[in-house]
Amino acid sequence: MKSFPYRNPTRASWAEDFSFLNKSSKDKSDNDINNGEGLGIKGSYLKVSDLNLYINKTHILKNVNLEIPDKKITCIIGPSGCGKSTLLKTFNRLIDDTEGVRYEGSILVDGTDIFDKHTEITEIRKKMGLLSQRPCPLPMSIYDNIAFGCKMHGERKRKKLNQIVEEQLKSVGLWEEVKNRLNTPASKLSIGQQQRLCLARGLAVEPEFILADEATSALDPISSKHIEELFVELKQNYAIILVTHTLRQALRIADYVVFMYLGEVVEAGPADEIFNNPKQELTQKYLEGAFS
Amino acid sequence: MKLKFKFIEEKIAKVLMIGSSIAVFAFVLNIIYTIFRRGLPALNWDMISKIPAAGYYNGGGGGILNAIVGSLYIVLGSTFLGLLISIPVVFYLNVYLKKDSKLAYIARLAFDILFGIPSIVYGAFAFTIMIYLGMHTSLGGGILVITLLIIPIFIRSMDEVALQLPKDLLDATYALGATKLETIKVVLRQIAPGIATATLLSVGRAIGDAAGVMFTAGFTDSIPTSLGQPAATLPLSVFFQLSSPNADVQDRAYSAALILIFIVLIISIAGRLITNRFSKHKI
Repeated sequence: MKSFPYRNPTRASWAEDFSFLNKSSKDKSDNDINNGEGLGIKGSYLKVSDLNLYINKTHILKNVNLEIPDKKITCIIGPSGCGKSTLLKTFNRLIDDTEGVRYEGSILVDGTDIFDKHTEITEIRKKMGLLSQRPCPLPMSIYDNIAFGCKMHGERKRKKLNQIVEEQLKSVGLWEEVKNRLNTPASKLSIGQQQRLCLARGLAVEPEFILADEATSALDPISSKHIEELFVELKQNYAIILVTHTLRQALRIADYVVFMYLGEVVEAGPADEIFNNPKQELTQKYLEGAFS
Repeated sequence: MKLKFKFIEEKIAKVLMIGSSIAVFAFVLNIIYTIFRRGLPALNWDMISKIPAAGYYNGGGGGILNAIVGSLYIVLGSTFLGLLISIPVVFYLNVYLKKDSKLAYIARLAFDILFGIPSIVYGAFAFTIMIYLGMHTSLGGGILVITLLIIPIFIRSMDEVALQLPKDLLDATYALGATKLETIKVVLRQIAPGIATATLLSVGRAIGDAAGVMFTAGFTDSIPTSLGQPAATLPLSVFFQLSSPNADVQDRAYSAALILIFIVLIISIAGRLITNRFSKHKI
């Protein structure tokens, strides 16, 4: 998929970019019964089985079956309101705070069902670093933003905390920019720096996953590129799940792609396959820019 | 033509706004001027360093240290208790309860009603309970009734700020593995300016209240040494001195008012300085 040339990102050109898809994949869509369940990965890290989610009476997620691989970037794409963010929020059970939410099915993380009564919700969340759409630093200094999570999980030694802060700031390339003003409020950073700080803050509690909900949509192109590069770097150690509106971004960095439409997973698989040979007509149309 | 009318409209609105600002300012200036004119000449070191001597209310010597200390005790005690009670309530309303919770709605309504209840009613209410319990008028009783009086102010003004708490901020904290209780550090920092405003409003109301403490704290010429003893307060001290037919004593009432205003001023400035330290991190 890296072989894709860089294209003008406007909608019109999207149709051109993917016009070849129409011809090459039409015959495939008929004989495929797999229906896009799972990504065909063995030993997946996160496994969603028969997930149904309702908010009050509305059926938001419909029979979702998915597997998310470790040490890869998985992009969830789909039109607005298709349940991408809800699915992401279900992974760390932030959805629990929504009024009238009810779910069925199971999500296995490392073999533990996150919906199980005995699973501690804070443990699940600790495993999942979250990066929201708009950077949301805690109302504290830069240092405390990163140390907060560690302190909360019982790390008290100053020396160790200093080490973690430095390490994590370095891992997101922020150390050189802020090392002389660690005690200034995090809100004084630029928005791109704030987003990297949020990423570092998430990494400091040693998660296994990084969940990013359109993490670059509020950023300028350069900061956005910076974050993308970080994701590519970080996938050596984490399973990264991105929700994105920008197909171009998915094209650039995704290893696996999940396409959702109206609460259902329409198609899921390796990025190459989805972008080059989508099996479902809906996926094709979406990639062509017929709807969004 | 239409454009012209717009400009006239603008001018009239501007004049009205400036006019009302001046009116308010004039009233404040007038009050301060009166207090200074009558109070300043009567103000001396004895006023703030001595308790009333015999015959003070008929022009005898001494000062109002009893009322200053009594008022400070009551304000500090009730502000402390008020914060202790209202922060958990605000935290519960905004973090634990969901946005459209019925309980939160009813609680907010109740606090709005409590906000509007005059302090004399709190005083009378507390007084009946004190009689029932066989208690005397006391500093402790005064602190409790003023705490009751300012809790609705605390809660509603902090709540208004806490309602603006970004959902993303809570989510970000939860995502780090925080329990609801553990988010309190983040929430408190975020609503610090609200806590400051609430405290200043409450202190203003607490120190200026005469009706609530009249029944419960009583009045005395000595400085209370325990919670069980009656305590004097500045507003009541002003009231008793103003009731005197003696003009000199009436002037002292104005100096007492002057002292009251200075205390409020000092507390306000201190409050602002302290919260600026805490709110610099607000996002």
